Amino acid sequence: MNQILQGAWIIPVLPLLAFVIIGMFLHRWPKWAATVSILAIGLAMLYSLLVALEVFSAQPGEVFVMAVPWLNMPGLQVNMGILIDPLSTVMLLVVTIVALLVQVYSLGYMEGDPGFASYFAYQSIFAGSMLGLVLSSNFGQVFVFWELVGLCSYLLIGFWFERESAKEAAKKAFITNRVGDFGFLLGILFLAVLFGNLDYATLEARLANYQNLAVLIPIAFLLFAGPIGKSAQFPLHVWLPDAMEGPTPVSALIHAATMVAAGVYLLARAFFIFSAVPQAMLFIAAVGGFTALFAASIALVQDDIKRILAYSTLSQLGYMVMALGIGAMTAGMFHLMTHAFFKSLLFLGAGSVIHALNGEQNIWKMGGLAPKMPVTTWTFVIGALALAGIPPLSGFWSKDEILLGAYASGNMLLYGLGSIVAFMTAFYMFRLIFVAFFGSSKHDRHAHESKPVMTVPLLVLAVLSFGAGFVGSPLMGNVFAHYITAPGVLHHQPNVSIMAISSLLAMAGIALAWIIYQKQAISHLSLRRRWAGVYQLLYHKYYIDELYARLAAVFVDGTARVLEWVDLRIVNGAVNGLAYLTAWTGRTLRYTEDGQVQTYALYLFAGVVVILISALLVVYTALA
Amino acid sequence: MIGLTHYMILSSLLFGIGVYGVLSKRNAVAILMSVELMLNAVNINFVAINRFINPDQVVGQLFAIVVIVVAAAEVSVGLALIISIYRHRKSVNLSDFNLLKW
Amino acid sequence: MSMVTINDMAFVCIALFTILSALGMVLSRNIVHSALALIMTFIGVAMLFFHLDAGFLGLVQILVYAGAISVLIIFAIMLVMHGEPNQTNRFNPSLGTHLWGAYIALLMTAGLVAAIWFSGLPEVKGRTVEDAVGLLAELLLGKYVIAFEVAAVLLLLAVVGAIILARGVEEK
Repeated sequence: MNQILQGAWIIPVLPLLAFVIIGMFLHRWPKWAATVSILAIGLAMLYSLLVALEVFSAQPGEVFVMAVPWLNMPGLQVNMGILIDPLSTVMLLVVTIVALLVQVYSLGYMEGDPGFASYFAYQSIFAGSMLGLVLSSNFGQVFVFWELVGLCSYLLIGFWFERESAKEAAKKAFITNRVGDFGFLLGILFLAVLFGNLDYATLEARLANYQNLAVLIPIAFLLFAGPIGKSAQFPLHVWLPDAMEGPTPVSALIHAATMVAAGVYLLARAFFIFSAVPQAMLFIAAVGGFTALFAASIALVQDDIKRILAYSTLSQLGYMVMALGIGAMTAGMFHLMTHAFFKSLLFLGAGSVIHALNGEQNIWKMGGLAPKMPVTTWTFVIGALALAGIPPLSGFWSKDEILLGAYASGNMLLYGLGSIVAFMTAFYMFRLIFVAFFGSSKHDRHAHESKPVMTVPLLVLAVLSFGAGFVGSPLMGNVFAHYITAPGVLHHQPNVSIMAISSLLAMAGIALAWIIYQKQAISHLSLRRRWAGVYQLLYHKYYIDELYARLAAVFVDGTARVLEWVDLRIVNGAVNGLAYLTAWTGRTLRYTEDGQVQTYALYLFAGVVVILISALLVVYTALA
Repeated sequence: MIGLTHYMILSSLLFGIGVYGVLSKRNAVAILMSVELMLNAVNINFVAINRFINPDQVVGQLFAIVVIVVAAAEVSVGLALIISIYRHRKSVNLSDFNLLKW
Repeated sequence: MSMVTINDMAFVCIALFTILSALGMVLSRNIVHSALALIMTFIGVAMLFFHLDAGFLGLVQILVYAGAISVLIIFAIMLVMHGEPNQTNRFNPSLGTHLWGAYIALLMTAGLVAAIWFSGLPEVKGRTVEDAVGLLAELLLGKYVIAFEVAAVLLLLAVVGAIILARGVEEK
């Protein structure tokens, strides 16, 4: 077993190497750049398959760690290494498969773009960083790669950097992430101070014997700040919709399937810490559940196809976080995997549409695409069905696991919330489909199906969206849960009535969307007018962006004003004051020069008297 | 018994009176006279110390003689200066000579 | 308390005379009176020198100070006197300067007197020297001949300088 696993460090290294090669040599040969990049990720994927074969043929609890000491101080030891267990293997597979498909798709989507070579360089470094994050064996290394993927996100969101909106979105993403990372880093530092070691395995062992659980509470909350930022939970969700400024394959890879899932992955990795702090678990579940509902409500009224998908991602991430909060780590990771497949499928399909319509992203300006772009349309529908949770597609099994977990562990509020969100999800997805793909055509561009280099990944992902869920279903004995589990994770018996309820809710959502948008029995415009206030609130994303801008203005601007005052009054005042003091002294002392010789003689004798009396005092006190 | 202490105290008193004269008189000649008084006080000091502490060596008296010489020279030059100033300014009041005022 | 000798009485009288003359010189408003008081002070000092067995020095004092210098001063007073005789030697018009001057003088005197009083100084006059003048001559023309010569040069310079200054600048 060890041979293959020992070489597993090559998996992140290959794409990173590709980045270096492309960056240094291949800017003038874009085709070669793409080749190198795809080759690297392809090899990484093959190696990941090998690793998977090894891991899944062994016992579930086995963990392979290979590390070298990096920082060795008295009181703190930080290693650098890789950790391979079923959890990281699943992530490896997901990341490499989706990254490979997205890069192949990009060959077609980004064709003709002047930054073609840079694009693939960034894709490679992102893949390398993400894989490095997945394989990290300790918090310090995770943080390094965490920041790296944040950087790649910035580079890729702002890829079309001549656009003002893209630049702003990239900055927003990075800064918002940074806020979360600040808390994350504080949590890591806390751990370093408390335990002197950052390895997952070591920490897990030490925590088992640890008595003072109260000190873990702030650590858990601080560590959770990282996922709040990276996985775009409320209140740090604001960057994800704006991140749609980047090219669509980027959105598919980073902001749907992999990077935003890193937060969930961290929660799963550090599950042993979080599960020891019930208050933190409650908070995590609450944040996740709220985000799910919040984002779904906004998605109901958006007009931009990518924004709808973005809010959908936010909502699904909320599901995953909520699952981890209630202790159903297996369900959360399962949903992460299925979501990666069908969400990237949806995004790539949207990219196909946008590419065909020459950049149009407003769904009300689309329509009637089904006959012209059959592959895109029907793969998109498969993705939407999976997302809505219609059996027997993958999304149904994973979402159901989460709802089952909520119900069976007594969290009725979260169960109800999750069910409502499932209904809303189905509704807005099929609103999108009926308006954009069916109905009459509201555009005048000649749309045609995309090239095979773009449609083949769609097909592959469609197959995965359909079938990837079976590994976690009762039909295969829930093999997934067999491998992806940890102490303290909840598992429940499958409950047929829960399954039935969630399926019915999904179908009801689809039906309502059909009534309003396809059959148009109820006019959506009249609905919009009747609930104008609610519509405005949802359309403007609850005005959170405006609120943040105002807060930033108050605090940043306010601080700047205060500091300016300090600088002008206090610092300048001190300097000017010194000068003024000198001038004043001069002006005052001037009067001693009155031209009278006797005055000068007076000063002279006065000096002599002073010296005389001081000398006398010294002598007499010395003698006494 | 009259000892060195008394002589020196006398000398100090004369010196103090001289200082008072220098600092508070208006007439330039009067100031010069007060300076002479100070020099005389110093002479008394020299001679008294010489007499009481080491009478074999008459260095104290020698010094006093030299002081007298210097005082004479200084008085002559000083008075010549005062007369010269008087010719121009028609006044010997020191408080009138304030050309170096700010 | 030891016996009060004639010596001590003499000293007290001379001292009082000298101090009163000095005070008179400083406090008088008429400059000629001040000059006269100054002469009396010089004589007092000469008497002190005699009391201290410095005969030669006492004579020199009378000759030079009470004789030459005082005359010089009187001549100068004559040349520059103008206005009311009673107003010729007033105090400084600025009261501040006057009072400060008095204060500083007082402090200085007090400091010196305190220093002297609290030091242990010899009470008894030692043996007198027989030939003080001879010793003086030996020192003046022997060990301290340089000082003697320089003093002579100084006198010469002073005379020349005084003549030039007193003659004034000729109107061309």
